[in-house]
Amino acid sequence: MKLHFEKRKSPSGTVQVLVPVVSFLVSLLLTGLMLAAFKVDPVATYLAMYRGAFGSRTGFGYTLVKAIPLMLTGLGVSVAFKLRFWNIGAEGQLVMAGVGATWVAIFWSAWMPQSLLLPAALAMGCVFGALWAGIPAILKVTIKVDETLVTLMLNYVAILFSQFLYYGPWIDPKGQGFPGSAIFPEAAWLPKVFGPASMGIVFALILAVVLWIVMNRTKWGFELKVIGANPASARYQGIAVGRNIILGILLSGALCGLAGACEVTGIGHRLQEGLSLGYGYTAIIVAWMAVLNPLAVIPVAILMAGLLVGGDAVQMRMHLPKAMSLVLQGMILFPMLAGSLFTEYTVRRSHKAHTPATAKEGGA
Amino acid sequence: MKAAEGNPGSLLVEMRGICKNFPGVQASDGVDLRLGKGEVLALLGENGAGKSTLMNILCGLYRPDDGEIRVRGKAAHISSPRDAAALGIGMVHQNFMLVESMTVLENVILGIASLPFVPDRAAIRKEILGISGRYNLEVDPDAFIWQLSVGVQQRVEILKLLYRKAEILILDEPTAVLTPGESKELNAIVRRMTDEGKSAVFITHKMEEVMTFSDRVMVLRKGKVVVEKRTADTDPQDLARLMVGREILFCIDKAPFEPGAAVLEMKGVRADDERGIPALDGIDLTIRAGEILGIAGVAGNGQRELAEVITGLRPVKAGSISINCADTTNHSPLSVIRSGVGHIPQDRMLVGAVGDMSVADNLAMKGYRGKALSAFGFIRIPRILAFARRKIEEFRISTPSPRTNVKFLSGGNIQKTILAREIDSCKCLLVAAYPSRGLDIGATEAIRKELVAQRDKGVAVLLVSEDLDELASVADTIAVFFDGRIMDTLPACDVDIEKIGLLMAGVGPGKEKPA
Repeated sequence: MKLHFEKRKSPSGTVQVLVPVVSFLVSLLLTGLMLAAFKVDPVATYLAMYRGAFGSRTGFGYTLVKAIPLMLTGLGVSVAFKLRFWNIGAEGQLVMAGVGATWVAIFWSAWMPQSLLLPAALAMGCVFGALWAGIPAILKVTIKVDETLVTLMLNYVAILFSQFLYYGPWIDPKGQGFPGSAIFPEAAWLPKVFGPASMGIVFALILAVVLWIVMNRTKWGFELKVIGANPASARYQGIAVGRNIILGILLSGALCGLAGACEVTGIGHRLQEGLSLGYGYTAIIVAWMAVLNPLAVIPVAILMAGLLVGGDAVQMRMHLPKAMSLVLQGMILFPMLAGSLFTEYTVRRSHKAHTPATAKEGGA
Repeated sequence: MKAAEGNPGSLLVEMRGICKNFPGVQASDGVDLRLGKGEVLALLGENGAGKSTLMNILCGLYRPDDGEIRVRGKAAHISSPRDAAALGIGMVHQNFMLVESMTVLENVILGIASLPFVPDRAAIRKEILGISGRYNLEVDPDAFIWQLSVGVQQRVEILKLLYRKAEILILDEPTAVLTPGESKELNAIVRRMTDEGKSAVFITHKMEEVMTFSDRVMVLRKGKVVVEKRTADTDPQDLARLMVGREILFCIDKAPFEPGAAVLEMKGVRADDERGIPALDGIDLTIRAGEILGIAGVAGNGQRELAEVITGLRPVKAGSISINCADTTNHSPLSVIRSGVGHIPQDRMLVGAVGDMSVADNLAMKGYRGKALSAFGFIRIPRILAFARRKIEEFRISTPSPRTNVKFLSGGNIQKTILAREIDSCKCLLVAAYPSRGLDIGATEAIRKELVAQRDKGVAVLLVSEDLDELASVADTIAVFFDGRIMDTLPACDVDIEKIGLLMAGVGPGKEKPA
C-alpha cells in the first residue's frame, strides 16, 4: 500500500479547524517528550499550567489581561497578512500607541473635558499605531521598500523613543528619579470588567466580529482579498492597489495601537518599562494559528495568553524556568506549518499495492 | 520516409503501456509510442489529451504509474531529466528555460556536471560555432538571452540540446512563437538533424505543422492513442476529426460587416515597455461599432502594450486615446472599465484571474461594484452565487461548484470564466489578447463564437492573435504589427496569408517579396 498526496479542489472547513487543534496537541506531545527527558513529569506540568491559567477566576482574569493585547495585535497583524504585507512591527505600533495615549492622558487633561479624556487617549493610541504602520506602507507602495525590514526596525525605534520619553522629558517629577511617566488622572483609566481584565476585552470581541464582517461581507474587504491574492489582477480589475494597501495597513496599525492604548490606560496607568512583553511578536503566531480569521483570533489569543500565565504558575509550582512556556509557544508553530500541508492536500491510499513509482523492469 | 516499422535495429525509443494518473484525470491511459531513427513524429491532440504528459515522462519530469520505456532496445529507468539527458533525450519546453541575464554560451553549458571548475570558454565557443554552422543555427555565443528575439532563443534551446549530444529531441509547440518564415527555418534545422540520424518528437495542436514537419503522426485523445498514421496518408480535415472526435467547422457564421460609429480612436500613441524601451511607436487606429479588428504580428512587437494603454494599465507618453469620443488618455483602469471596456488579458493566471479565489468571486470581480451584486458597501453573497451559476451555465464553464478555486480549473475553463466576466462588464469595446492561445479546439470555438456574437451586438472588438487562421475567420479588418508600428491595415475577407507573413516580418507593403 502506498500513500498519495493529492491537491484539494477546494479548502475543507473541517481540516482548517483540525489543523491548528492537532498542531497544538502535537506540540504538547513534543514538549512533553522534552520535559520527560529532563525528568520532569509532563502531565503534572501541564496540569499546573492549566490550573494556573484557567483553573480559577483570578487565574483566568490574568489570562484575559494578557489575551487582550494578543487579540488586538493578532487582529491587526491578520489584516496585514491578508494583504500579504508582512507587518512584523505590531510591537512598535503598540509601543508608539502607548506613547500617544500617554501624551493625551497626561498633557491634555488640563484643558480637556474629563469625560472625553479616555476616548481621546484611546483614539490617539490608534492614530499613533496607524501612523507608525503607515510609514512602511507608504514606503512600500511608493518606492517598493521591503516592509519586513522597515516594520522590524521601527520596533526598536519605537521602544527606544518611549524609553527616551520616560527616562527624560516625561519622567514623573514626583517619582524620585524612577523611570516612568507620571500616573494618569483617573479619568483616563480604562475600567475593569472581569477581575483584573479591562474593558479592552469588550473592544477586542466587538472588533473581531466587525473585522470579520468587513473582511468577508463588504466591498472593501473583497478588494483587500483580491489585492492579497493577486495584486496584478487587482490592478487590472480597476482596484486602486496602492491606496488600499495603505488604508489596510493603517487599519492594521490602528488595531495594534489600540492594544498599546489599552495597556497603558488599563494596566500601568503610566508609560513605563515593560509596556510590551513581546505581544507584537506572539501576535504573528496568533494570526497564523487563527488562519487569519478574525473570529478565530479570540480563542487562539486566549490559549496563548493561558500559556504565558500557565508558564508563570509552572515556574512557581514546579520550579521550572519560565522559558518553558516560550518553548511550548515556539513548538506550536512547527506542527502548524507542517499541518498546512493537509489544508492544501489530501492523503489517499493507493490500492494498486504492487505498482512501483517508476517504470517497471523490462521483460528483457 | 525512414519509419521504423518492423526493424528493431532502427527503433530508438519504445514506450509501452504508459499510464499516468493525476487527480481526477487519466492523463495517459496505456499509451504505446515508437520512435525510429531519423524520424519526425508529431503528437497531435487537444489540450489535456496527454501529449505533454507523455513527453514529460520521456524526459524524466514525471514518473509513469505503469508501463515500460526502452531506449535503443534497452529498458530505461528515467527518473530525472539528467537520466534522460544521459540517454540522449532532450526537450525544448514551450516556455523556454533560459537564464535571461546570462549569455548564450553560459546558458549552453549551464548544468553540465562534467565541466571543469573553470571551463575553457574558447574551446566551448568553438564547439558552439561548429554546431551552429553545421545545422545553420545562427546564434552569437556572447549575446545575452534578453537581447535575443523569441525565435533566436528557441535556437539557443536547440543548440543546448545538440551540445549535450542529444539524439532525441522533443519540441513542445515549437512554432507557437515563430513567424511563418522562422517556422520554415526551424523545419530545415530539424530536417538536417534527422538526416544525421537524430529523431524528433513534436507536440502540437496545429494541423499544418503536422503536415509540413512530420513523417508520422500520432493522434491522442483523453490519454489514449486514437490513431497512428504516416503523415503522407492523411490530411488536415481527417486529423482534425480524429483529434476532436467530431467534424469541426473551420469557419464561423457571421452577420454581414456593417460597421457603425467609431468606438475606439487612437492617434499617434507612444508608450514604453517595463525597461523603458519604446514599445508603441505612433499608433493610429480606429475600431468601429460592430467591427472586429484583428492585430496580427509575432508576440512581443507591442501587442501587450497596445492592450494595456487602451485599458489604462500602462501610461501613454504621447498621442491620445478616446472611447466613444470621450478622451481616456491616461485614465485609471477603473475609469476605463466604467466607460464600458472589457479586457481579456494575455496572462490568464497572472492578471486575468485570481487563482486562490473561487469561480464565483472571479466572475464577480468587476460586477461587485454594481447594485446587482452589492449594496451600501456590502457584497451580496447569495446574488454573487446566483450570478455565478448563471454564467457557469451560459458559458459552459466546467467546475465542480461556484465555490471551487479557479486555480483548479483547466486553462480553457479559466479563460471562459474571464470571458464571461469581461463580456458581462463590457458595453462598447472588448480588448481580447490571445484569447484562444493554448486552448483546445472546443474552447477555442466557443471563445471565437462569443467574440463574433459581441460584434454582431454592436460591440467593437480588438482581437490580438498570432494565429492567422483565427484572424482570417473571425476578424473584419486586420492590422499587422511590427516593432511597435502598424505595417498595414487590410480587410480580412480576402486576406493573403503570405503577404501578412511578410508584413509580420517587417517587410513593408511597398517592398517586393524577396526571392
